[in-house]
Amino acid sequence: MTIAETTREIDKDQATSSVDAEEAGRQRREQLERVGRWLMPLTLMVLAIVLWDRIVVWNEIPHYILPSPGDVWSSLTGDWAMLSEAAMLTGRITLMALGLAIAGGAGLAILFNQSRMLEMSLYPYAVILQVTPVVSIAPLIFIYVDSKTAGMLLCAWIVAFFPVLSSTTLGLKSVDNNLRDLFRIYGANRWQRLWLLQLPSALPYFLGGLKIAGGLSLIGAVVAELVAGTGGVGAGLASRIQEAGYRLNIARMFAALAMIAAMGVVLFSALSLASHMMLRKWHESAMGREA
Amino acid sequence: MKAPSLEDRSTLMTLKGVNKTFSGNIVALDEMSLSVREGDFISLLGPSGCGKSTALRLMAGLSRPTRGQISWTKEQRDGDLGVVFQEPTLMPWTTVANNVFLPFRLRGLSYDQVKDEVLQSLRLVGLERFQRAYPRELSGGMKMRVSIARAMVTQPRLILMDEPFAALDEISRFRLNDDLLALKEQIGCTVVFVTHSVFESVFLSDRIVVMAARPGRVVQELEVDAPYPRTDEFRTSTEYAGHCRMASDALHEAMGEPA
Repeated sequence: MTIAETTREIDKDQATSSVDAEEAGRQRREQLERVGRWLMPLTLMVLAIVLWDRIVVWNEIPHYILPSPGDVWSSLTGDWAMLSEAAMLTGRITLMALGLAIAGGAGLAILFNQSRMLEMSLYPYAVILQVTPVVSIAPLIFIYVDSKTAGMLLCAWIVAFFPVLSSTTLGLKSVDNNLRDLFRIYGANRWQRLWLLQLPSALPYFLGGLKIAGGLSLIGAVVAELVAGTGGVGAGLASRIQEAGYRLNIARMFAALAMIAAMGVVLFSALSLASHMMLRKWHESAMGREA
Repeated sequence: MKAPSLEDRSTLMTLKGVNKTFSGNIVALDEMSLSVREGDFISLLGPSGCGKSTALRLMAGLSRPTRGQISWTKEQRDGDLGVVFQEPTLMPWTTVANNVFLPFRLRGLSYDQVKDEVLQSLRLVGLERFQRAYPRELSGGMKMRVSIARAMVTQPRLILMDEPFAALDEISRFRLNDDLLALKEQIGCTVVFVTHSVFESVFLSDRIVVMAARPGRVVQELEVDAPYPRTDEFRTSTEYAGHCRMASDALHEAMGEPA
């Protein structure tokens, strides 16, 4: 329900005075919270930017130490062609890594679920891969993997697949016992059980892991770029940050950083929205509390 | 449909000296013998831990007896068995109609092939209008009705019910008791019903198997010879009160308490 609709409803209610004072107060608080959820962080951001600007101007800080917000903005607009191209590259690696993380994570989870032996043999190595910092593995990867794109994908995948794997594994095991019995009574085979019972049960868990994997694949892509260096496939945002740093172009560093952050936010929002759409009909997490 | 009198019915399933022992030498059920006859409404009545749910799981084929035998007189075919659990046990991610369709789906049939049966079953429990609803949109009693519709959709010969109405409020429970009897008359199936409520068991069944705990065992079998259909009138009759008294005494005796 949009704010306008809610307001209209409240107006209508008050016109017919069908709500008592307590209920009206509750609705007012709910509405305030709805608006405040957006307004408060936005206000804070504006205040921080103004403060940042004043500090730079009043203290006459040179732009190669701390650029003013205006400098960052003109770098963002002035270098837009270069930065957007870099963002496309980083974004492409991120999305491809996320796709591989979904396929690899969910696929491994299903394999593990079907074969306990396989799970016992491989799961510890998945954990080891996860707990070893990717920055320390990446240089090795680029020694043995010729293609820069493949190397970057591998780095990003190593970081991102684990949350999908572990949450999907948990989800596949979290099937209601009575439903499992029911499937047995009706003679379901293992594919029917997997497809009609385990996968739907695991969906909310998988989507939870996916939201984490989205952010991690961006981190993985950025780390991979920093390790791989520029050249070959062109430069992504992380390489642009590094390069601008060497040239003391601090404003461009901020501009590229802002774009990476924005990409992360967009990715997370898109995954949250997708998750909500898939679960809204039936799962508690996606439903409003009924009064 | 008039059910034949108790003696004339043919046997559907027999349990002979059935014992179920879990690890740690815990005897959940000992020496249970019972013959389930076509058209019976049998209640397994007893305190918790008397093995009534274990007996039901054994009859459903979900576990095997440690000793003894459970056998269907005629060969058990697909869809001969329906089960209703204590919880509605619906798949939350799909619609009411799809939940009722499940037993057919697992047999490899398409929805179009059995659409009539699914809708008919929903009509019988009064929920045809809700075929496209999701389980979360229904009340507890309605969810249980869907669960019953799913158990009945294959026209099974035997329906096993494990305290299906225990979690419902009394008003819903009375209505579902009435409806369950009407449904049973309509499709002419056999029901084995687990409960810990004396009143429910007397109202519903023509045979009550009273069970005791530690070890779980059968202590007495009672017959409730009041004719069906049973209505609210039966629920307030002295005959009903008398049967309840008998079942209650048997239960107290089983639990080793003075009546």
